[in-house]
Amino acid sequence: MTTPAPITTQFDLAEKFPGTVSADARPGYAGWIVAPEKLTEVAIFIRDELGYDLLSSVTGVDYLAEGLMEIVYHVYKTSGGPALVFKAQLPRLDPVKVASLTPVWLGAELQEREIWDLYGIHFENHPDLRRILMWEGFDGHPMRKDWKEAFYDDEVKPFKSRWPEGKHAFAEDRSPFGDNVSFEAGFDPEKWTATDPEEALYATLKKYKTVVKDGIATDHILVNMGPQHPSTHGVFRAVVMLDGENVVSLKPVMGYLHRNHEKIGERNTFLQNMPYTDRLDYFNSMSNNWPYAMAVEKMMGIQVTERAEYIRVIMAELSRIQNHMILIGMLMNDLGAYFTPALYAFEERELILDIFEAASGSRMMCNYHRFGGVVRDVPAEALQKLKDLVFERLPGKIDEFDRLLSENEIFVSRLKGIGYLSPEDAIRTSMTGPMLRASGIPYDIRRADPYSVYDRFDFNVAVRYNGDLYDRYLIRIDEMRESIKILEQALRQMPEGPVMSVKPTYQVKVPAGEAYGRIESPKGELGFYVVSNGKPNPYRYHVRAPSFINLTSLEMTCVNEKIADFVAILGAVDIVLGELDR
Amino acid sequence: MTPNELNSPGYDIPDDMKNVVAITTLDKIYNFGRRSSVWPLMFGLACCAIEMIAAQASRYDLARFGMEVMRPSPRQSDLMLVAGTVTKKMLPAIVRLYNQMPEPKYVIAMGACASGGGPFKEGYNVVAGIDKYLPVDVYIPGCPPTPQALVYGLIKLQEKIDGQSLKQVRWYQKGADSVEVPIPMLGPDLIDPRRIPEIKTKAAELAAAATIPNAE
Repeated sequence: MTTPAPITTQFDLAEKFPGTVSADARPGYAGWIVAPEKLTEVAIFIRDELGYDLLSSVTGVDYLAEGLMEIVYHVYKTSGGPALVFKAQLPRLDPVKVASLTPVWLGAELQEREIWDLYGIHFENHPDLRRILMWEGFDGHPMRKDWKEAFYDDEVKPFKSRWPEGKHAFAEDRSPFGDNVSFEAGFDPEKWTATDPEEALYATLKKYKTVVKDGIATDHILVNMGPQHPSTHGVFRAVVMLDGENVVSLKPVMGYLHRNHEKIGERNTFLQNMPYTDRLDYFNSMSNNWPYAMAVEKMMGIQVTERAEYIRVIMAELSRIQNHMILIGMLMNDLGAYFTPALYAFEERELILDIFEAASGSRMMCNYHRFGGVVRDVPAEALQKLKDLVFERLPGKIDEFDRLLSENEIFVSRLKGIGYLSPEDAIRTSMTGPMLRASGIPYDIRRADPYSVYDRFDFNVAVRYNGDLYDRYLIRIDEMRESIKILEQALRQMPEGPVMSVKPTYQVKVPAGEAYGRIESPKGELGFYVVSNGKPNPYRYHVRAPSFINLTSLEMTCVNEKIADFVAILGAVDIVLGELDR
Repeated sequence: MTPNELNSPGYDIPDDMKNVVAITTLDKIYNFGRRSSVWPLMFGLACCAIEMIAAQASRYDLARFGMEVMRPSPRQSDLMLVAGTVTKKMLPAIVRLYNQMPEPKYVIAMGACASGGGPFKEGYNVVAGIDKYLPVDVYIPGCPPTPQALVYGLIKLQEKIDGQSLKQVRWYQKGADSVEVPIPMLGPDLIDPRRIPEIKTKAAELAAAATIPNAE
């Protein structure tokens, strides 16, 4: 019931730091509890002496009854192996304070900002502690257990107002303000003066200045790209300070699609969360279900049937292929080859979606995984189509992409040497997925910490060493080819049998404890941190979103590049807003 | 609309001129032009936007309806396809975009979220339906609607345009309805400027209710 492997095989931190570190002895929990005042010291030891160089996930948990706020850190070695989990427990006073770990792992930057925003935990010495998902000036820290949303009905679903008697009233009628808003008693909107929520943001960019160049006074200019901008793949926004065409500094601004997955997820029952995971990274709903199912299965201690494991692998690899195709198509859009390459990609995507639809009943939002397997078997007809696709069509189409684009002179000159990210920086900023592998670190969870049946397949971890945009493009082509290899093997090896190991129920019993499930999603490490207290609903449901954390390095890669290249750099990170903002 | 319907003059055209002259009403020719070249705003909020792109791609081919020209600038678009969850943080930008679109303009709420909040309705950062702020012409149900559903919704919009008359549409009335939708503000929570008095009264009531038990 621990995160990937039993913690006992690891270094005994409690022995090394007596009185500072103790093993987490709560039933169902694992890892180490670190005294908050010694957090930085222990973290440096873990990074430098034990070699856990990749900070994967930082999560806040509000244990209201115990009067504690907990921060959970999952760290990994890029050379592979299970996680080391350590936690800091903070008394739930006002304000809750803890040292920031950004000096140790820069990858904590955005995640700590998120925890500040949603839990109100103040990270001391954080370089830029502002709200990230909500706007500056929003009242309250919404993920706290004692914070209630305007349409609050009940602590947990199923809501008593709707079941079993079914006296449903519109949430608008219940809310005193007749809408999804809440204001504190006595609030007077006429006396309220609008403060510019952007002020703090602009202050973090390099100050406006005039420089004299070749006898000409040149101003820096501030450009807002987004949230409505054709190149930002949705409602992402970047504020860029420019010197002529060159980027001087850049800040990502997000939260424009923050639709409260985590708060809603904690009101939902375990199974009800499954369709919500579809809507995170809406290109890859098939692989989004998986880590969540994995985390809950770990807690329940159930196995997945052999055939279901193979189906999961097949569906995940198919979605990886279509994701990378769309990515390449959209990257070409960003570079100015408007829509033609994307049309090539969409053609293949439609064929893959047909298979998803036949298997799950829905094109995009598949809601296919269940705890213990998948909801239903793939129909024989669809399986035949799938085989035709994998053995006959897709390999040739990937070659076609390669042939049409990889040597294209304009394409190459726009990509080569642009947006360089060194391997050290990539690890420091917690990059995962193709971003990390294009910088020369062969870290792929399917190999580094194998899950499901990936240890049975013969495939290579795609890796490229230049760390520029061109490599980030090439690695996608490589990965699609490896996915085809996996698919071919999986289709040959797939056994007959049931697809569910347990009787399907709406209400699963999950014993108290915690679990972290993670997979190598097309965008990077997708992880779900789930805490159960034995009730029908998860006590904590956190998504470690690769799109979100991979943006930590955005400024680093964009500075000194041209503004037009920023568009391509962002495109190659492969963000999806549903997952980024959650 | 078939050419026959478009060319329905109610006058006798001499036989030798039948293939040369077409007579129609101003409404018909105007509506035909509008409905055959609806340019949507290139504007995707969430999951539904992907199905919108899929509808544009080769399999569903929106170009058949004259809608393939997606404009990233609101100044050049006729149709706002609200494709995805509207959040409070995004809402001021959406309303501003709508205000910037020249009339005639139409709004389609695509999917459950844009129509009424959908699965995310209870979320603290979610606006339960764009129709609380903008006038919606067509709602398309689904989560997300398939491209077929989107195409059907767009055909419904075309039917709506077909039924309009220059004399009656709001944007050609005297003292026209160029009143802009007031832009919501991001305060302690989302403040709709049209509802400020209501919010003030309610908040005062809440304050009064809170003080009474204390007094006892």
